[in-house]
Amino acid sequence: MPRVVVHVMPKPEILDPQGKAVAGALPRLGFDGISSVRQGKRFELEVDGTVDEAALARIREAAETLLSNPVIEDVVAIDVADEAERGEA
Amino acid sequence: MRIGVVTFPGTLDDRDALRAVRLAGAEGVALWHGDDDLQDVDAVILPGGFSYGDYLRAGAISRFAPVMEKVVDAAHGGMPVLGICNGFQILCESHLLPGSMIKNAHRAFICRDQPLRVENNRTAWTTAYDADQVIRIPLKNQDGQFVADQRTLEELEAEGRVVFRYAEGATHGPEGFETNPNGSRHDIAGITNAYGNVVGLMPHPEHAVEAGFGPDEPGRATRTGVDGLGFFTSVMRSLVA
Repeated sequence: MPRVVVHVMPKPEILDPQGKAVAGALPRLGFDGISSVRQGKRFELEVDGTVDEAALARIREAAETLLSNPVIEDVVAIDVADEAERGEA
Repeated sequence: MRIGVVTFPGTLDDRDALRAVRLAGAEGVALWHGDDDLQDVDAVILPGGFSYGDYLRAGAISRFAPVMEKVVDAAHGGMPVLGICNGFQILCESHLLPGSMIKNAHRAFICRDQPLRVENNRTAWTTAYDADQVIRIPLKNQDGQFVADQRTLEELEAEGRVVFRYAEGATHGPEGFETNPNGSRHDIAGITNAYGNVVGLMPHPEHAVEAGFGPDEPGRATRTGVDGLGFFTSVMRSLVA
């Protein structure tokens, strides 16, 4: 079954408190040299049948309707993961 | 006069909201998220809590509950709708109000009695207050930071749609958050739509409606605050007007 991966990130102009919390913790653990962190979301969707243009258009609509809030977030990528990739993962 | 209060899975403050409605003298009607029926109510309150666990985003899944379709239609038809805390987040996700809430800038849950300045006393939910009156009601949230793009903020300001702004005088809070508890843009605590029938705010008027159970008021006996009652008497007044 093909899998579609949707990546959602906070908009660049929106402060990301979660990313800031991670960025604050890294140097305390000795992970130096990382100046900032932004935290987003990754959704993995299992799709029935083939992923054609129509299916991708529906997924894009779902991504912009439910998976993200366009006021504060951007859908930065929608990738189709093939079987081979999944085998390696 | 019938005022509905919606319960979603994970709602916390529905009973307090129903109690506030009763104390104001109206009939409280419990509404269920899964029903597409508003039971002939005259106004609707979306109470606080963590609907559907807030797992995706606060209010994101509630927006698609069957009852919300009816609430959105009724709001467009002019019915008074009040969203408190998680209810405010749901109104934003439903596009009945602009903007959105993100995590508090100090990244911690905050709970305190919060002074608010009433900046618009012409909405369906605020006519009992004087313009610029400072009221004190409880605030408790994790995702309370109101954000919107510059254009939306300018529009809200120009049209007088900022209903409440955070004011000085809270007894405690993280450094830098003595007045504005969460980093909200323009110190915004609550806003309204273009018609004044839909209002959303983060603090909780329903927890400040009965002496003995409300917030402390500096210089008076503890728990005497009833500043939240005006929301519920206002809407009753607007419904008979």
